[in-house]
Amino acid sequence: MTKTLTRTLAVSAAGFALMAGSAMAQTELRMTWYNDGNEGEVMRDLLDTFEEQNPDITVVLDTVPYKAILESLPVQLAAGEGPDLARVTDLGGLAQYYLDLTPYISDPEYWENNFGPFLEWKREPGNDSAITGFMTQLTVTGPYVNKTLFEQAGVEMPGEGATWDDWAEASSQVAEATGVPYPMAWDRSGHRVAGPAISMGAQMFTEDGEPALVDEGLKMMAQKLHDWHQDGTMPKELWGSVSGNQYLGANEDFANANVVLYMSGSWQIPQFAETIGDAFDWWAVPAPCGPAACTGMPGGAALVALKDTEHPEEVGTLMDYLSSEEVLSEFYARTLFIPGHLGLAESGVDFETDDPRAKHALSTFAAAVPSISPIAFDLQGYVNNRVMFNALISRLGEAIVGELTLEEAYERMEQDVAQQIAERERDG
Amino acid sequence: MADIAATPSRTIGGLATARRGGPNGRGWHWTDIFTYVYLAFGVALMFLPVVWLVLSSFKTQAGLQEFPPTLLPLGQVQVEVQGFDEPLPLFEVTFEDGTVRQMAQIRRIGIMSQMVDPENPEERIQVSIDDREPIREFRVAWENYTKPLETFNFLTYLNNSVIVTAAATLITLLINSMAAYGLAIYEFRGRNAVMLFVIGTLMIPITIILVPTYLVVTQLGMVNTLWAVIIPGCATPTGVFLLRQYMLTIPRDLIEAARMDKASEWQIYWRIVLPLSLPAIAVLAIFSVMWRWNDFLWPLIVLNRSEVYTLQIGLNAFQGELNVQWHFVLAMTVVALIPVTVVFAFLQRFITTGIASSGMK
Amino acid sequence: MASTDIAPPEPVTLTDRAKAVAAIPARVVFAILEIPFRFVQRIFGIGAMPYFFILPNMVFFGLFVIIPLFINFAFSVTGGTNLFLTDRPYVGLEQYEYLAACANHFDPTTCREDRFWRGIYNTVVFVTFQVSLMVLFSLITALILNRDIRYRGFYRAAFFFPVLLSPVVVALIWKWILLRDGVLNAGLVGLGLDRILFFVDPQWAMFWAIFVSIWANMGFYTLILLAGLQAIPPDLYEAAEMDGTKPERVFWRITLPLLWPNMLVVIVLALIKSVQVFDEVFVLTGGGPGTATQFIVQYIYTTGFASQVQNFGLASAASVVLGVVLFVLTLLQLAVVRRRDQG
Repeated sequence: MTKTLTRTLAVSAAGFALMAGSAMAQTELRMTWYNDGNEGEVMRDLLDTFEEQNPDITVVLDTVPYKAILESLPVQLAAGEGPDLARVTDLGGLAQYYLDLTPYISDPEYWENNFGPFLEWKREPGNDSAITGFMTQLTVTGPYVNKTLFEQAGVEMPGEGATWDDWAEASSQVAEATGVPYPMAWDRSGHRVAGPAISMGAQMFTEDGEPALVDEGLKMMAQKLHDWHQDGTMPKELWGSVSGNQYLGANEDFANANVVLYMSGSWQIPQFAETIGDAFDWWAVPAPCGPAACTGMPGGAALVALKDTEHPEEVGTLMDYLSSEEVLSEFYARTLFIPGHLGLAESGVDFETDDPRAKHALSTFAAAVPSISPIAFDLQGYVNNRVMFNALISRLGEAIVGELTLEEAYERMEQDVAQQIAERERDG
Repeated sequence: MADIAATPSRTIGGLATARRGGPNGRGWHWTDIFTYVYLAFGVALMFLPVVWLVLSSFKTQAGLQEFPPTLLPLGQVQVEVQGFDEPLPLFEVTFEDGTVRQMAQIRRIGIMSQMVDPENPEERIQVSIDDREPIREFRVAWENYTKPLETFNFLTYLNNSVIVTAAATLITLLINSMAAYGLAIYEFRGRNAVMLFVIGTLMIPITIILVPTYLVVTQLGMVNTLWAVIIPGCATPTGVFLLRQYMLTIPRDLIEAARMDKASEWQIYWRIVLPLSLPAIAVLAIFSVMWRWNDFLWPLIVLNRSEVYTLQIGLNAFQGELNVQWHFVLAMTVVALIPVTVVFAFLQRFITTGIASSGMK
Repeated sequence: MASTDIAPPEPVTLTDRAKAVAAIPARVVFAILEIPFRFVQRIFGIGAMPYFFILPNMVFFGLFVIIPLFINFAFSVTGGTNLFLTDRPYVGLEQYEYLAACANHFDPTTCREDRFWRGIYNTVVFVTFQVSLMVLFSLITALILNRDIRYRGFYRAAFFFPVLLSPVVVALIWKWILLRDGVLNAGLVGLGLDRILFFVDPQWAMFWAIFVSIWANMGFYTLILLAGLQAIPPDLYEAAEMDGTKPERVFWRITLPLLWPNMLVVIVLALIKSVQVFDEVFVLTGGGPGTATQFIVQYIYTTGFASQVQNFGLASAASVVLGVVLFVLTLLQLAVVRRRDQG
């Protein structure tokens, strides 16, 4: 055993030496990536083509758990140890580390035209020109329903303009008629709650742009969610089981037809196509309404270039290639992601799926983009939005299990947001 | 692990041990029954969850989400039906008159499904989806294993994990035993201060000094090398404490006698004290191997290049933001378990009897 | 490694031969290291030797434990989100005051940082139950394994097996078993009972957190206790039996006192691991429901690392408080132990 160990050590030492050698011969770019589905595979294929076209550049895809993107990457970036590119979701929060690609890409105008509204999400406050990356996927939150259950129960699906109350009511009837344990489930995520809260009239910001999480609109939504958990409309396992801001989804329950309506978002489509497939009709429906709007939340992940890079020119070349209409169109088509590219959104992407439910869901969510409330867009672009989402979900969760009253929860939410923003402002 | 059963009875043998647990040895006593019930229950409790993990790892993504869960991995039977290009899924359909027939499904529309009799492809009927049950057979989802092993660099990760575990354990054992020897055998100025540091940090988990330690590691330029994972955890206060407590029990006469024989201090350490401390060292070795092999949080922050990833980072890469690809996570967990289990199966006799034969004091 | 020194000169069994082979590189390493140490001993004399023995460990210890602890302390008196100390404004004891701000320290809801205090209370509950049950079950298992049973090696290995699993894997395994749609609930439904939502009920969540951590670690402690039991000279029992001493008395008067050194190791190690508990419970219950199983290490981790504004200052202040408390506890524990050792 010791012999093999020595050999392994020797071999790997040789391996390191080799790698160092080859790194000198050509430029190596490191891209930190995470996967929800097959997007890593697709990206690898596209990068292979890129490497063929640019023999002097190699791109290494370092796939990490999402946890590393959220927790380790910020520390690595702060220490100056980051990669050349990364796929991130805290778009505004990390903006100080992004590289402005403008000097390194061939056609900044193409970027402005096609990624315009999303570029803003990835800029530091006060900067209105930087081009730092593009959306690997645009997401829109919204509910899926088990249409088959509706048919079995003989209940009419609420149509265009139906409110959240209508949906809760209809779902409860279906659950009652079909013996399904839970009418409704929502992802445990502040981001998911934000859309409906804005529909109820939540403003999220004061008039001069300061964050103001708790207002009458938000309280209306929070009260409903609280009540739905108490009367059994929603399962307590999601919101009531974990602590803090941890995410939990109801994929299993929805796939097993244990819930009628599942509030989640467009990123679930490839997974549902795989796990549910033809078992029942999973149907994306437009965002239900409140008194103020009928909106979901936009969101998504972006591939950004990072300041730490020593090869900005090559990063620019790579970004030019990846952001081109042809390449992106292949990427979105194969991953079943909603395009974050205006040209493609307009012309449509020919998604590689035969599943009529997936096609319907993709078109439903893509069609929802124009109707998203401007408040939701502002919130998505706000640097500290995750502070607000996290405060919202963690305190609401504690209220739902009864550790706090709703009033106490509101107070705690505001304190949490104020404290964290104050801490960040100490940086000056 | 089958050879464990053949463990020869120890030299002191049956009689002595028979008396140890209580009044035993003459017929069945209630404590014997209790013993075997306890053992049977214990073995089930220890192994069944792991067996369940292994069984689950062979299920498809859809199979994992089922309730009630099936014991074995199952897949729906597909049949070739004349007139259809693709094989069709087979169902068992219960008709209103109570007859049950096997039918293949052509398509499902809403709550009705259109079925065909595989024997008689001309006959097509509409069946309510409540009246059909999928027919399933035992099927192993090998793709849970093969797909990740193709796409991710399993051998590199395994290699890294082995290097990290082996190197870190050897360094830990060496420097901890040296320090423990120094602290146990000698009276010297500053010893109490050092002991205070060791004891004081016994309970500090690395989780709470993650970021400061990362800063030190960056300043030393070790980020993205395996050293960053190997070195920082080596000076474990637990190890020093454990070994020192054990070495304190070694008779001083032995050491004095060796000094009389002109042995150097280093010789005393490695020729006398170390062999006598072997049981405690074995305990520390197990600790160290388990800890390094399973370490996750720390490698995750100091390693962000795939050529230096350890197995734990690699297999957790299937946990996305919004979707955990459980079928891959499970399969890779089992893969990561295999080396540890194999090593344990070979070494367990040495480890467990090693500790037992000399006795931990 | 150097076991051949005390092993019989001619290896007989395969294991012995393997041991002898494995010892060769170790012998080479130690023989090489002997050169500098002999040299040092000749120059500085025997009195300097302990310093050289502890040196390598203390260098690493200083670099990766002591310096980080100082940085940690420096973090705790500064604010902001910057990583480098030079970029962080000094804020004095503000972080500590923030943590300590409570109307009533026994009611976390009245505290400004309620989660910190909840974390402390939950940890105390967890440690109390987990350590005492861990010691109890390890002892029972060790006593049973020490009896004259067949296939002892197999049982010993069986109880030890979960120790091999990583905390994350342990938690995942049990999570599937305990979920609403898990096997255990399938079993309950099969028996005609109602499902239990284990992770929604605070008591159940705490119960399973304790249960799972005992399941995962018990084998190790059992082994240490078993080793102690087997080291007890059999003639003591024989003598006791001849005197007609009752088994209970034998247990209290012979077994337990002679087992005490091993017991001590078990208690210290179990306590250390228990206070540090993090990943297995975090993956199992996520700290919920609400904050019912959120422990102090999780609080520090979430505050300083796993939130958008990585609040190093507050997290460090909490970890300094935790460190001081643990330090005092350890000293107390050792003092008690020493007293008992002598008494």
